[in-house]
Amino acid sequence: MATAHVEEVKGQLPHYPEKATLEGRNKILAFWLFLGGEAVLFGTLFATFLTLRNQTNGGPTGDELFGLPLTAAATFILLVSSLTSVFAIQALHRHKLESLKLWLIVTVVLGLGFLCLEIYEFYEYMHLENFSMTTSAFSSAFYTLVGFHGAHVLFGIAWIGVLIGQLYTKGLTVVTAPKVYVSAMYWHFIDVVWVFIFTVVYLLGKVG
Amino acid sequence: MDWLTTVDHKKIAILYLLGGGLFFGIGGIEALLIRLQLIKPMNDMLDAQTFNELITMHGTTMIFLGVMPIVFALMNALIPLQIGARDVAFPFLNALGFWTFLFGGILLNLSWVMGGAPDAGWTAYTPLSSSMYSETHGVDFYTVGLQIAGLGTLIGGLNFLATIITMRAPGMSFMRMPMFTWTSFVTSAMILFAFPAITVGLVLLTFDRILGANFFDVAGGGNPVLWQHIFWIFGHPEVYILILPAFGVISEVIPTFSRKRLFGYSSMVFATILIAFLGFMVWAHHMFTTGLGPVANALFSISTMLIAVPTGIKIFNWLFTMWGGQVSFTTPNLFAVGFIPTFTMGGVTGVMLASAPADFQFHDTYFVVAHFHYVIVGGMVFGLFAGLHYWWPKMFGRMLSEPLGKWTFWTFAIGFHMTFFVQHFLGLIGMQRRIVTYLPNQGFDTMNLISTVGAFLMGVGVIIFLVNIIRTSMKPIGVANDPWGDGRTLEWTIPSPPPEYNFKQIPLVRGIDAYWKEKMAGNTEMAPSEPVGPIHMPSPTILPFIMSLGIFIAGLGLMFSGEEFSNSFMSLIFNNWIVCGLGLLITFGCMLLRSLYDDHGWHIEPEELEEEGV
Ligand code: HEM
Ligand SMILES: [Cu+2]
Repeated sequence: MATAHVEEVKGQLPHYPEKATLEGRNKILAFWLFLGGEAVLFGTLFATFLTLRNQTNGGPTGDELFGLPLTAAATFILLVSSLTSVFAIQALHRHKLESLKLWLIVTVVLGLGFLCLEIYEFYEYMHLENFSMTTSAFSSAFYTLVGFHGAHVLFGIAWIGVLIGQLYTKGLTVVTAPKVYVSAMYWHFIDVVWVFIFTVVYLLGKVG
Repeated sequence: MDWLTTVDHKKIAILYLLGGGLFFGIGGIEALLIRLQLIKPMNDMLDAQTFNELITMHGTTMIFLGVMPIVFALMNALIPLQIGARDVAFPFLNALGFWTFLFGGILLNLSWVMGGAPDAGWTAYTPLSSSMYSETHGVDFYTVGLQIAGLGTLIGGLNFLATIITMRAPGMSFMRMPMFTWTSFVTSAMILFAFPAITVGLVLLTFDRILGANFFDVAGGGNPVLWQHIFWIFGHPEVYILILPAFGVISEVIPTFSRKRLFGYSSMVFATILIAFLGFMVWAHHMFTTGLGPVANALFSISTMLIAVPTGIKIFNWLFTMWGGQVSFTTPNLFAVGFIPTFTMGGVTGVMLASAPADFQFHDTYFVVAHFHYVIVGGMVFGLFAGLHYWWPKMFGRMLSEPLGKWTFWTFAIGFHMTFFVQHFLGLIGMQRRIVTYLPNQGFDTMNLISTVGAFLMGVGVIIFLVNIIRTSMKPIGVANDPWGDGRTLEWTIPSPPPEYNFKQIPLVRGIDAYWKEKMAGNTEMAPSEPVGPIHMPSPTILPFIMSLGIFIAGLGLMFSGEEFSNSFMSLIFNNWIVCGLGLLITFGCMLLRSLYDDHGWHIEPEELEEEGV
């Protein structure tokens, strides 16, 4: 719901449109808090993974499974997508609707690329290496942690996709701006989580 | 229909009260059945399986579906009023939180009629809760039902945090906030950081049971102690999530009926935050006998005992508030004053349990049962009764009957001590917890009888309370703004029940106990902080209800995805994840709708405000 401010600012968007209404400010604050909860969620998943990472039950170990080139590529793609979402927010602050849409589209496409790599990776493990959810405690922890992150990416893609649609129909307003801003926060968050996954799961799996 | 689509925090409060009350009743009946079974030695009224289901469902229901929602009812009814706001930050989410709680609770209780309730205790310890030892769908109902209900709690907590941070009236600094709002604020923060842990725990257990994962299965490399850690990292803070709002209620009721300021306001705030912080650091005191080793046990033992310090500060502040005050023993105040010794006793036995060597003796005996019921019934439930009697006139515009209220108090309080006091001794002489029956002539017989009689006396107290409510609801609405006459905080400055926009003009707050301060200055009203103008209201919507229904359907689909049905159509739709997907589709579809159609709400114009003459 928009407040009475909406009419005032039509045509001349304030400099920080995402923070122009109480509604928008509330959204951003609540989203920071929500990310605090998400951090606990992933923290628990990481703790679980670290507890169980050597419990391979005779099945494949991380060292045998992981191919660093693939995951490094995935990491690179995701990091770049974080950068492009920063460009999107800069465009938002400059009220450049066209480049905002463009950068969001690039972000979503990169996200999709990441997801394809991940699906391919899972496919390879499951069908070529006989490494599935039920193989060992390690496999359960691996698929759950990485899969949770993947589900977050998928949700982010769908979300930003819908927002791009809204930007086409409604343009940039004090209603759409906070949504875009918050979705970018979310995107950075899942990016940061991935950096941890890359380190804790893949790098540690290779060397530790 | 009005109730299905409402986003008004005061109506949602009533919904929470109804929902929580319903489950509290179910949990109470379960408790009475357990007590009936234990009334005499070698009783065979219930078989062991049913007994296990009853204790599991009693604990789970009471904590997640009974007491929590009633706390949420009070928070919803009061936080916006106490901080001088027209609404919560996210009315839509508020409704969503309620409906997910309700559907989660319904799902959990469906287990009674759909092939067996959960039977692994409310802590669902693995491997007891694994599909090997718990073969019915009971524990699936537990994991999925609690997951859905927990989602609602998380949403609620987030909403209250945002509301309290951004929606306070001008002049209402953090250090002028009423104590109930303060404790609710800290509670909400605890919810935010504790609930995601159990979310993960429940997911892992679900995966073990439904997808054949190996998190807790030793044969597959899993680790059952991991469950205990995850459960208690959530579970111990949960206890404080329950008790802190009760502390808040007591801190409101005692000053009002002592006609004095709360003694040591800032130390109360500080103690609340400290308790919350320590609450996260002590989870492993539930695991002394798990075999963590002497170092861990010592550390957790000491940190647990530390909590007694801020708690003691609180107890003394309440006593000093009454000291020299003009104390009047109305029903709310009876419960508040009754709270102090009962809760203190629970605290004392808590320190006893925190001593790791002693806990090896007390563990899994009735001493523990007595301890935590002194805390959650003698603390929590007394606090809720105090709060409900105190704010009933504000919520419903009708005064509860005082004589009936006093009857409620005395029957409940006497019944409570009869039930649980003797259980300390039962535990000390060796009666185990979670056993279906016991042998005669071990010294258990008489005390168990007393305990059961006490439990029924508490039941009588609850029934008197219900009678009181029914009688009151037949009276016409018509109490004054400040029916107790000594209201100190903002909610008492507006009509009872409040109009849907709460405040015609947002008040200007000039000190702690804002209303009392104005009264002392000779004013009868708050100074407004804004001129009368149009008030913006959110529109009602059915989406939260449908979204929760979607999650409910998805949950059922998930649970029965591996089931072998005799009906091939059922197999088709469940085994291929069609039901589960359909539910998710409904939920995400609603999210999409919500995102696409901006809800601009509506306005109440100043002329209408004048017409209503408020
Ligand atoms: C109102 C009257 C109540 C009575 C008479 C009662 C009675 C009992 C009894 C007989 C048990 C079983 C003990 C055992 O054999 O292990 C029990 C367990 C329990 N109760 Fe209550 N109770 C009451 C209220 C509550 C409330 C309000 C709560 C929480 C808010 C609560 C939480 C629990 C929990 C967590 C357990 C442990 C269940 C388990 O072992 O899994 N009870 N109660
Ligand atoms: Cu504890």
